[in-house]
Amino acid sequence: MTAVGSSTKVVLGGTRGGPDVATLRQDRWWVQPVVTVSILTAFVIYSTWAAFQNKNYYVGAAFNRDLISPFYSPCIASSCTSGAGSGFLIHTPQWFSPALLILIFPLGFRLTCYYYRRSYYRAFWWSPPACAVSDAHASYSGETKFPLIMQNVHRYFFYFGLVFNALLTYDAIRAFHQPGLGWGVTVGTVVLVVNATLLWLYSLSCHACRHLCGGQVRSFAKHPIRHKFWKFVTPLNAKHMNFAWASLVFVALTDVYVRLVASGALTDYKLF
Amino acid sequence: MADVTMRIWRGDATGGDFENYTVAQQEGEVVLDVIHRIQATDAPDLACRWNCKAGKCGSCAAEINGKPRLMCMTRMDQLPEGPVTVTPMKTFPIIRDLVTDVSFNFAMAEKVPALLPPPMPADGYRMFQEDVERGQEFRKCIECFMCQDVCHVIRDHEENKQHYAGPRFFIRYAELEMHPLDTNDRRDLIREEMGLGYCNITKCCTEVCPEHIKITDNAIIPLKERVVDAQYDPIAWLGRKIRRKTKRTASEAAVQPAP
Repeated sequence: MTAVGSSTKVVLGGTRGGPDVATLRQDRWWVQPVVTVSILTAFVIYSTWAAFQNKNYYVGAAFNRDLISPFYSPCIASSCTSGAGSGFLIHTPQWFSPALLILIFPLGFRLTCYYYRRSYYRAFWWSPPACAVSDAHASYSGETKFPLIMQNVHRYFFYFGLVFNALLTYDAIRAFHQPGLGWGVTVGTVVLVVNATLLWLYSLSCHACRHLCGGQVRSFAKHPIRHKFWKFVTPLNAKHMNFAWASLVFVALTDVYVRLVASGALTDYKLF
Repeated sequence: MADVTMRIWRGDATGGDFENYTVAQQEGEVVLDVIHRIQATDAPDLACRWNCKAGKCGSCAAEINGKPRLMCMTRMDQLPEGPVTVTPMKTFPIIRDLVTDVSFNFAMAEKVPALLPPPMPADGYRMFQEDVERGQEFRKCIECFMCQDVCHVIRDHEENKQHYAGPRFFIRYAELEMHPLDTNDRRDLIREEMGLGYCNITKCCTEVCPEHIKITDNAIIPLKERVVDAQYDPIAWLGRKIRRKTKRTASEAAVQPAP
């Protein structure tokens, strides 16, 4: 038994009451972890498959379209399909998938995100699987040691995330111009716009963003502009979970759509 | 109304077990009412803490059907059909029946460095409304300690009590760190001795808070980000060096009056 160092003596290790069982909860607490594992696993499997495909990620002039999958944008490898590449190119062998150069940034942003941390600590690591359900591990050091102490780099992935959002917004705007046909709106442009919007909402609702906008100041009265920013992102922050799931699912659906159109399995209908 | 079976854990530090009490359910009752009726009829020696019966004192915190809840705010008709299980808070040592020794929390409260304002200016201290509103949420805490009870860092790992303040006190630290008149810098203390890094933000504290304080989003994560500012962000560190902006730690401030 050890006493906590303060004038109020506390005996640690005293006998606890109640039965020694993992949980007494009677509700279906396991549903949420099961859903989380299912969706995240499906996303990881799909995105890994898509990242290694190295084809059908760009719908170009042959289809009178300019649509690129978010998994491959910005396309900075020399192995990029003609028309998909950006101005800056890194020399890579032809078999090398351009997605592998860039996916670390959005992946890192989501992996270190406070909301996803909550979800995968619960669902995958069972630490704990649900509230008032026993932790599955005998010892616990949280985020105090390597590798989990690296979660503190989240704000740097946030900065990179903003760059990616700007580039995907540029892709969405570019998609309104259809090579050989002029300007117009297709299902594909709507998909890219919705994808970019959801990614912006996910980034701007991020806890690190809220902190950097104004959360870090001691006095709002002395920083009125930062207070305004903070007041703008705080309601978004309350919806961070919704934006996290919506943007995750939609970014995969966007890749599916571009892939289907690029492979010729689907026609990108022009709306007007 | 139908009878209801209450499975109540009875015992003390030497051991205990569930005892079943079947009582007639009455309309509009909360769990604490039924516990009181059992005390008045079947088990006058049943120990439980209570005071206000209005969800404002936090005394009657217990675990109902496995989840930390206030007995006075849990309506019987909102619980699922079948026996209702009532147990003491798991994280704290048992005294008797539903009463636990929560003095761990008082020891952690003593460790919080107090507000340290600068010397009073000639026209007095002034706080603006936006700064007052910011800390208002944290002052709703009724100290029921259910957030401490549900936090797996100490619920499932007793050894962490030595170096983990817990959600209730992270609220207090956040309130002080966001106070415009405070001159202490508690970030090192929070990281090194209060164990903020042990929190893996699973948000159970927020889920059980009877005052609906957004403990994780508004207190713990902002504190984590402030610790990143102080400890893990090289750009923030460089900025402080260039601007020669240094803050005193809580221990420095404690021995040296504010400038």
